[in-house]
Parts: sequence; C-alpha cells; structure tokens
Amino acid sequence: MSQVELVLFLESAVRLGIPLALAAMGETLTERSGVINIGLEGSIIAGALGGALGALAFEGAGLGIIAGAMAGLFVALIFAVFAISLGADQIITGTAVTIGGLGMTGAIYQAQFGATGTELSLPTLAPVAIPGLSEIPIVGTAFFAQAPTAYLAYVMAPIAWYVIFRTAWGLELRATGEAPAAAEAAGVRVRRVRFVATLFGGAMAGIAGAHLALAHAGTFAENMSAGKGFIAIAVVVLGRWNPVLVLFAALFFGAASALQFFLQALGFDIAYQIFLALPYVLTLAALAGWVGTSRAPAALALPWEPHR
Amino acid sequence: MSGGIAPARAREVALLGFGAVALTLGAGGLLLLAGGYDPGAAGAAMLRGSVGSWNTFVSITLVRSVPLLFAGLAVALAFRAGVWNIGAEGQLYAGAIAGVWVALTFDGFPTLILIPAMLAMSCVAGAAWALIPTLMRLRLGIGEVITTILMNFVGIYTAAWMVHGPLQEERGIFPQTDRIVEAARLPSFIPGTRLHLGFALGLVIAIGLAVLFRRTRFGFQIRAVGASPEAAAVAGRIEPSRVIFITFLASGAIAGLAGAVEVSGLTYALYENLSEGWGYTAIAVALLAGLRPGGVVVTAIFFGSLRAGAGAMQRDAGIPSAWVDVVEALVILGVLGLERVRAARIVTDIREGDS
Repeated sequence: MSQVELVLFLESAVRLGIPLALAAMGETLTERSGVINIGLEGSIIAGALGGALGALAFEGAGLGIIAGAMAGLFVALIFAVFAISLGADQIITGTAVTIGGLGMTGAIYQAQFGATGTELSLPTLAPVAIPGLSEIPIVGTAFFAQAPTAYLAYVMAPIAWYVIFRTAWGLELRATGEAPAAAEAAGVRVRRVRFVATLFGGAMAGIAGAHLALAHAGTFAENMSAGKGFIAIAVVVLGRWNPVLVLFAALFFGAASALQFFLQALGFDIAYQIFLALPYVLTLAALAGWVGTSRAPAALALPWEPHR
Repeated sequence: MSGGIAPARAREVALLGFGAVALTLGAGGLLLLAGGYDPGAAGAAMLRGSVGSWNTFVSITLVRSVPLLFAGLAVALAFRAGVWNIGAEGQLYAGAIAGVWVALTFDGFPTLILIPAMLAMSCVAGAAWALIPTLMRLRLGIGEVITTILMNFVGIYTAAWMVHGPLQEERGIFPQTDRIVEAARLPSFIPGTRLHLGFALGLVIAIGLAVLFRRTRFGFQIRAVGASPEAAAVAGRIEPSRVIFITFLASGAIAGLAGAVEVSGLTYALYENLSEGWGYTAIAVALLAGLRPGGVVVTAIFFGSLRAGAGAMQRDAGIPSAWVDVVEALVILGVLGLERVRAARIVTDIREGDS
C-alpha cells in the first residue's frame, strides 16, 4: 500500500466512521439513562432528509445540519412519548419508529422529487483543514481535513465523558439507568432525565443523518441510512457506554467499511456484495469476541412508572 | 424486557386491534390531507386494489399476505417466549436461498420429493440464520435485538451476492437465478387464481401453533418463560435456556419457510430485494394479532390488503407507496398506545377500589 493509498484509506475510514460516532455518542447518553432507542435509524434517515431539505431551503449546508438535528429530535420525541411517557415496550416502539421514519422520508421524498428518483444535488458541507494539525504527515489530512461534523464528534467525546462521569446531572443520569427507584427516592425526576437524554440522542442521530446527506453523499436517497442506526447501537456496546471508547469503536467500523472500497480499488476479485455485508459481520464478530466483560446499565429497556 | 406485551383474551385483542386500526386510518387520513392528497380518493383506490373483486382479493391480496403469514407466525412464536427476534427478514432470505438452491440442483426429482426437500432445507437455513443470535444470547448474554437486525443485513447481501454470483441465471445478465422447474412449483390452492398452496401451509402452521400454545406442555413452558424466565425456572422447574433455544430456532425455521414458499409459489426465481421488508412488517402483523396464531391469519391478510391497495393508490391517486410503511408504524404505535392506556385504566380502577 503506497502512502497516497494509505492516506485515502484513513480519510475514508474517518469519513465513514463519523456518522456512526455522532449517533452512537448520543445513544450512549440515552442508554446511560436506561432507554435503548432502536428508533435511532429513524432519526438518522429523518436527519438525512431534514438536512437535505434544510440545505436546499436555506441554501447552505450549515443550516441543513441544524435542520437535520431538529428532524432527528422530532423522531426521538415520538419514540419518547410512547416509550417513556406511556411506558410502552422500548424495543417495539423503536422498531415502529424506524419503520415509520423510513416510510415517511420515502413518501416525502417521492412526493417532492418523484418516484423515479432524479438525482438530487445538494449544497455540500465542505471539509475544513485545521491549520497545523492537518499538516501532520498521513494522519493529518485523514483526521483534520474533514467536514466540521467530524470535529463536533471529536469535541463531543470528552465533553460527553465529562458530563456523564463528572457532573451532578451525569450522576442523576447514571442513577436513572442503574437504579431508577433509588434515583427517584433521592429526588431525581426519572422520566424527565430519560426524556432529555433520548431527545439529545435523537438530535445527534439527526446530525449523523445530515452528515450522510451533506458531507458524504451530496444527495438524499431512500433508505440511505442503511442500518447505521443499528450499527451505532452495537458500537455503543463495543465502546462500553463510554463516549471516548465509543468514538474509537466508531472509527474502527469506519475503517471496516472503508476496507470495502479500498480492497476493490486494489483490484481484489471479491464480490461487491460480500464487502457490503462485511461491516455487519465484523460488528457481530466484535460483539461476540469483545463484549464478554462489559455490562449494560441495569435498568436498560425497563419502563419506569413514577410512584406518587 | 418481557411481559410488556403479554397476550390478552381474544375479545380484548380484537377490540384493541379495531381501535388501533381506526386510530391509524384517522391519523393516516389526516397525514394525507396535510400532504395535499385526497384521503377519499386514496381510500377508494386502496379498497379497489385490495378487495375490489373476488379475483383481486384472492389473486392479489391473499397472495401478498402469504409471506406475512409465515413471518408473522415466526415473530409471534418468538415474542411469546420473550425472544425479540427482529431477524425474520434475514431468516427469510436464508430460506429463499436454500429453497432455490435445492430446486436448481435437484431439478430432475419429482414434485413429491422436490418440494418437501425445498421446504425442509429452507427451515434448516432459517434456523441456522437464527442460531448465531441464539448462541450469542444464551452463551454470551448479548441481547438478540441488535444481533438479529445485523443478521438481516448479512442475509440481504448474501442473497444479492447469490443472484450476482454463484446462483446467477445462465446468461449472467440479470440479477436473478434461473427459473425453477415445474416440479418445484407449488400447485394452485384455488384453481383459476394465483393463490398457491403456500397459503394453506401457512394456515396449517397457524393451527399447529395454536394447538401448541393451548394444549401442550411445551406451549405452557413458552408462555411461562415469556412472562418471566426467572419465575419459570424457580416455580415451574423449566429450563429457560432450553425453551429459548428451541423457540428461537423454530421461529427462524418458520421465517425461512416464508422465503422458500414465496419462490416456489409465486416468483419461481430468487431476485435481489425479493422481500419488501416482510420481516419487519411481520412485527406489526404479530402485535396487532396479540401474538395469537389465529389472529395472525387475520392481520396478515389485513396487511396484505394494505400492500395490495398501496399499488392501486400509487397508480390511481398518485400517492407514494412508502405511505404503507407509515401506516404500519402507526398501527404498531396505536396498539402500544391503546394497550398502555388500557393498562393505566385498570391500575386506576384497582387503586380507586382500594380507597
């Protein structure tokens, strides 16, 4: 592998890992509060369409990212009303939200741009090279000449870590996910904490989706989230519910996905569909091989009924 | 995670179901109105396309409900045992690949051997697809929700690889397999229509599962483990891991059948994107039925008619077919919401009765 190819590989690994990192970081907070949001996929695709429409409407990719965050948050709001306020089963609610999110975005897209799917070209979120850092050989351009959403992920990881493990609210968050009854006895509004953490997760997933549309593809396509929400949830497990580890786990899967384009470019004669399956197989293998000792929040996926 | 969707009595399930469907149609109509469509025209097109005539109903709606029937039964069986098998989609593709492989490889055999062999192999493949998540749950304690979903993507891409690679049709042009021989095709169920014997097989499995749940010791064990694995182990001397193992694989096997039956009964070849997300729709099918096998027959036909009607809706009223997915999501949320409201009312009644 020549140096140019290595740089290209690393660059695409980071670019592919960023949406996973953003979504998984939000989901980390959500799961720390005792909520597993399988509807993350719905938030991502809503973020992608929201980002696309926002970027077109405001004629700028930056505002598109904000529109994507709002769309992802809106989808998470629907999930939260059912799974937290009504106390419905989180897995099934999340599945419904994903089906609905994929369907709704597809319907809106077809209605706006026709069922034939004329290629939509969007204002793209251009890479911003960070002076100094981007000049480091090999890794510099890969990590520090990325879209601004990448820097959001880098910055969010330590901030989320600090919030979860070093602040009063983080303590309430973890208590809510580990022992909601004790948290409530100590005066924590369990459902409110879960609501906030879930909406935050939805907004992050929305940004991840907007990144897909605006920084990666430059267009919107139906089902373009392609299971990234589910991989992000697996990434949370691999990152052991720790935002900093989650960032690294996400970049690892970015590398796994980049491998597919890369080996193809090198002329390996392996069917393209096998490469498409690779990230999912690797996720399964990593889950099986690496998770053994880690533990999910004790109250994960259990609804909470306040005692008054 | 279990217990939240414990099956209720048939009458309650039916009431809940009708409530959810009514809510959904109301909400769906409002959404269509908001999107600038005519809900009346949409409804008329939907009815015409699904139950407009006897032939439409049998040859389109019932035919479309067959894979939903199998996949819905697979999901209902798993959910009853507290197994969150979201992987019917991947298991279905595994079954379709296995079935079509048998049909293409042993094309000289007579129908009475070939079709049972196809179906049996699709069961094995579906169960094998479920085996990895099963072992990951039982041996490593990794929840099956994510693993089954990941296996879905592996299944979809494996099928895509098959029709582009090892099983591609002879000329190597189209992404599909060769058509299977006559002997591998399921005969018609109602003569003069496209409805094949797969529908009858689905009904037989529904009856079998109903008997299993009501009349057998193992059916009781499934329900006990679904309600609470710990309680089942302590009070019922049931080995939850054994029940989960068998139920999970059986669920995969039934989902696998869905794929082979579709190929053998309708398409006669394996295509990329054979399924239109049946494995996910199956969750709505099973939930709306209250996880009851008999109910699944009804709800599978209901969702089959939605899918059939969606085509007409797109043609006649210009409404994107993706709306059907929105309707499915609304049905699931409607069932969940009504179920929770009902549960809250019962709790309130009990509390007020106390004071």
